[in-house]
Amino acid sequence: MKSPAPIASAAQSSVAEKKRGFAILDSERWLGPLLIGPAVIYILLLVGVPFFMALYYSVSNTTSGGGTMGFVGLRNFSGVIGTPKFQTALKNTIIFGLISQALILVLSNALALALQHEFPGRRLIRFLILLPWVAPISIGTIAWLWIFDSTYSVLNWMLRLTGLIQGQGFMWLGLPHLAMGSIIAVHVWRQLPLATVILLAGYGSIPQDIHDAAAVDGAGFWRHFFQVTLPLVLPISLVALLFGLIFTFTDMVIIYNLTRGGPFDTTQVLASLAFYTGIAGGDLAEGAAIALFLFPLLLAVALGFLIIAHRAEVT
Amino acid sequence: MIERIKLWGVRSTRWGILGTLTFFFAFPFVWMLITTFKRSSDLYDLKHNPFLFYEWPTLEHIHRLFYETLYGQWLLNTAFVGVLVVLITLALAVPAGYALARLTGNWGAKLGIGIFLTYLVPPTLLFIPLSRVVVNLNLDDSLWSLVLVYPSFTVPFSAWLMMGFFKAIPKDVEEAAMIDGCSRLGAFIKVVVPISLSGILTVAIFSFALVLQEFVYAVTFISSVRHMTVGVGVPTFLVHGDVYFWGSLMAGCFIASVPIAILYNFFVDRFIAGFTMGAVK
Repeated sequence: MKSPAPIASAAQSSVAEKKRGFAILDSERWLGPLLIGPAVIYILLLVGVPFFMALYYSVSNTTSGGGTMGFVGLRNFSGVIGTPKFQTALKNTIIFGLISQALILVLSNALALALQHEFPGRRLIRFLILLPWVAPISIGTIAWLWIFDSTYSVLNWMLRLTGLIQGQGFMWLGLPHLAMGSIIAVHVWRQLPLATVILLAGYGSIPQDIHDAAAVDGAGFWRHFFQVTLPLVLPISLVALLFGLIFTFTDMVIIYNLTRGGPFDTTQVLASLAFYTGIAGGDLAEGAAIALFLFPLLLAVALGFLIIAHRAEVT
Repeated sequence: MIERIKLWGVRSTRWGILGTLTFFFAFPFVWMLITTFKRSSDLYDLKHNPFLFYEWPTLEHIHRLFYETLYGQWLLNTAFVGVLVVLITLALAVPAGYALARLTGNWGAKLGIGIFLTYLVPPTLLFIPLSRVVVNLNLDDSLWSLVLVYPSFTVPFSAWLMMGFFKAIPKDVEEAAMIDGCSRLGAFIKVVVPISLSGILTVAIFSFALVLQEFVYAVTFISSVRHMTVGVGVPTFLVHGDVYFWGSLMAGCFIASVPIAILYNFFVDRFIAGFTMGAVK
């Protein structure tokens, strides 16, 4: 990455300054927009336009058959809010998001602490830890489907081996609370790696003298961690948390593959409910309305990133 | 003495955490591998220890996967979409990243953050309107629908990453080339792009991995089995098949996940630098 390319001498670069002055007048004013334009247009067409279409759909009566596109006001929203299905999905979205992020925050800090110093085998462990993040998620959840299998669950076998359970074992995906626990576990499995590597980058960036100073002052492990390390990695923990929130709240793959929202729609979240209503059920308008309930959350996360970006610019 | 007990305590806690969590992370992949090579009679015998091979390992599951399912076709479909999406992404994101790094000044920084934020708009918000767009363009059930839509999430983050790479290159590099008579565009193409190849490769792998990861659009736009990508074909089609199909299923999972994971691993530090948005210096 570090460029081996020729570095111009000071004399040359002062000439370049003069020459660049002309070049800017000639073409650079247009070159910037020209280079960035295609990307911006592409994004506007395929993210911006559909986004406003989603807004419009949510106040219309569009179905996948084409049908009419009449304006129905907030009827989709009001119709959807009252249903138990929606309320369960909303509640689950929040529960899954909060519990998994709380677990991830604690575990990723523990893991980053354990990994922050060099030791033999560290690279291998880091690779193994990263696997769930870099492997395609729809594929990874299928492995869990097999682990949670009602008859051949290897998890039940291991529990029987340790004597924790006897007989048949648990129906991991068949009972509402167990299914929710299983889904949260897979979420943690999937997202802990990203949070851990982000935090590791944060831990690595703390200058050693700060740790030394704390040691000289006689700070013990916990005091050192809570009063020195943690405040310094707080901004970057926030980045990890924001990514985690967005990936958990908007994910439907894990639900789709593990439980399909079942048993009896008890594990449905907003994203999966929007899919089953809008695509499988064909009611595009209502599906769009359900998906839009995710929007305030996304707005909050985007705001968080803006604040971080601003702070990074200032410091 | 107390010091030594303390040290021992720290070490064993560390290895306890690492051991438990590493097992949790890697176990599904180990389990895929074991299941792939086990004979069905061995696999489905509840009296057997699932981690041991009571009979000789077999390649029958892999054979079945490639000869009796459309798995090979799905891999080809994924590669087809992946390569095209990578090309489109590079064509759009490399120039955009350069413009953001060098040419656009103050409004460029704001535009850059704007582009980064679009990466956060999830498919779950857009797949419903896009399904309609795809139908109107007559692309439903065609891989071209994915080729069209996927760059919408690969380009923003790639442009952001490229911006970071280009900013790390000293300005003198182009200036020297421009003294030698190159235009700004010429300097970019002839000098900057060649020394940024490792960054470009990073973006290519990142985009390809995202194509493999994507599920929501693929399951929405594609309906016939022949046109599925591997990420959708395996969980929707293979799972619904025969119950006693786990061997082939796990073989399919392993082949589709571990090679890309190994490749990705080499580049992961660069993604993290992009993810953290300069919050870490």
